[in-house]
Amino acid sequence: MSVVKVSNLTKNFGGIKAVTDVSLEIGKGEIIGLIGPNGAGKTTFFNLLTGIYLPTSGEIEFNLNEKVSSKDFKPYKMTQYGVARTFQNIRLFNKMTVLDNCLIGFHNGLNYGVASSLFRLPSYFKGESETHEKALKLLERFDLLDKKDTLAQNLPYGDQRRLEIVRALAADPKLLLLDEPAAGMNPKETADLMDLIKWIREQFDLTIILIEHDMSLVMNICERICVFDYGHLIASGVPEEIQHNARVIKAYLGEEAN
Amino acid sequence: MKALSKKNIIKITALVLMLVIVNLLIHNGTIDSYIELNLVLIGINIILAVSLNLIVGFTGLFSLGHAAFMSIGAYTSAVLTRNFASPFLVAILVSGIVASLAGILIGIPTLRLKGDYLAIATLGFGEIVRVLALNYDYIGGAIGFNDIPQHTNWTYLFMMVVLTVVLIDNFIKSSHGRACISIRENEIASEAMGINTTFYKVLAFAIGAFFAGIAGSLYANYFYFIKPDSFGFMKSIDILVMVVFGGLGSIPGAIIGALSLTVISTLLQSIPDLRMVIYAVILFLIMIYRPQGLMGDTEFRLLKKKEVKHNVSSKGE
Repeated sequence: MSVVKVSNLTKNFGGIKAVTDVSLEIGKGEIIGLIGPNGAGKTTFFNLLTGIYLPTSGEIEFNLNEKVSSKDFKPYKMTQYGVARTFQNIRLFNKMTVLDNCLIGFHNGLNYGVASSLFRLPSYFKGESETHEKALKLLERFDLLDKKDTLAQNLPYGDQRRLEIVRALAADPKLLLLDEPAAGMNPKETADLMDLIKWIREQFDLTIILIEHDMSLVMNICERICVFDYGHLIASGVPEEIQHNARVIKAYLGEEAN
Repeated sequence: MKALSKKNIIKITALVLMLVIVNLLIHNGTIDSYIELNLVLIGINIILAVSLNLIVGFTGLFSLGHAAFMSIGAYTSAVLTRNFASPFLVAILVSGIVASLAGILIGIPTLRLKGDYLAIATLGFGEIVRVLALNYDYIGGAIGFNDIPQHTNWTYLFMMVVLTVVLIDNFIKSSHGRACISIRENEIASEAMGINTTFYKVLAFAIGAFFAGIAGSLYANYFYFIKPDSFGFMKSIDILVMVVFGGLGSIPGAIIGALSLTVISTLLQSIPDLRMVIYAVILFLIMIYRPQGLMGDTEFRLLKKKEVKHNVSSKGE
């Protein structure tokens, strides 16, 4: 059963065709890798999936929490639809603590109104202690509990990446989008990240789409790889197929001069 | 249950004592009308600074139109109490609501702007309100609005200051408040985490404007007389300076900023020639040696930690 269905998706910025006629189906529980040279349209594709851009033509359909199509996409509604993401350049709430960052993730499940927060009605205390409990549990599972009162900006790089994933998971998504999760990591950290991604897929019952330039990571954990070049989806298949695909090699290495 | 914990009972007792003692001192004349006037000014400035801090310090919206909301509140209250002889509490509440509606009205179109663009837009809003008041004869126009009954006393003032601080503090320490802070920190990430940023920006603006309206109401009903120019651009800047002086994003900071700047400004009245010079030098020094403001956000962090512990420990109760 496909949870994501992209049909004939196109996005133009003026005369630039960032994404052209992409069709794709993703099944529940898959880990999909998006690769391609710089400027191939991978991040634009992510931004289309998360409602930051609206498609010029074509459609995206999610069948996660409910059936929705790209006509109803708004960035702040995506967590309700079951989609959460991380960013290429880490976007944490720097001057907030680790715990507060995590608590923001639970905003989606917020169960008390503005009035009860102003006047501290019973629902405020109930809601706050429930979310705190959940947030602390989540941080514990990712070994960030002892750093809960640290400001996000003071965390080491690897922990910042991890916290961003934790924050996304707090929104209880069914589909997790990771934009270059291994960027700037050394091989040891990348190896840990691979285990982490596999682990969260099992633990949180997720479908994962990730953009990544680190081929060792992509080839190791992705069950299916989609290759973008100049906005076109030029190939899609299991890692072995992709490694031997002529068009992919051409996109990355260019053609032989004759 | 938790509203009546030991700590809260001590706090409430302290506040009630302060209310009663100052009232007694005013009655037996220890606090003369000059000190009382300054107490009123301090109180009004605290309300303004704390409410502006919600907009600028916590939500990160650089607004230069706070005095306009005060103006709207002041005129609303003046009209209600003089022309319609309405009870003061009703006037206070209505002033807040009207100012808050103005906040929503101006917020929806302008809050898509960021940083300096928003500052200019709110500046324009402030001028619009001032010029409208200047040209509208029903509220006195350029002559000003006279004969407003004096209702503001220590009891009303103190209650409103406490109400402002408590409500805004409560708001900041809730999920909704955290949502506002996250907008300041990173709007794109905040939106991606499911926060309706437009809603929260307008909400912060509306709550801030509500309390500015209350401050205006207290002001109008203390000084008998208001004129549009009292709520001009300079007043907005004054409030902003208090917030920055005390520490952006710190409620105790806003209180101390309002308190100290009002006191400094009053003390300097004895040397009128050098008054603004010394005032400016003090601001310079603070900004050079403590650019994060008197309280910075250290206090804010301490408060937050306590809150976290409180919440965690409340599980076990």
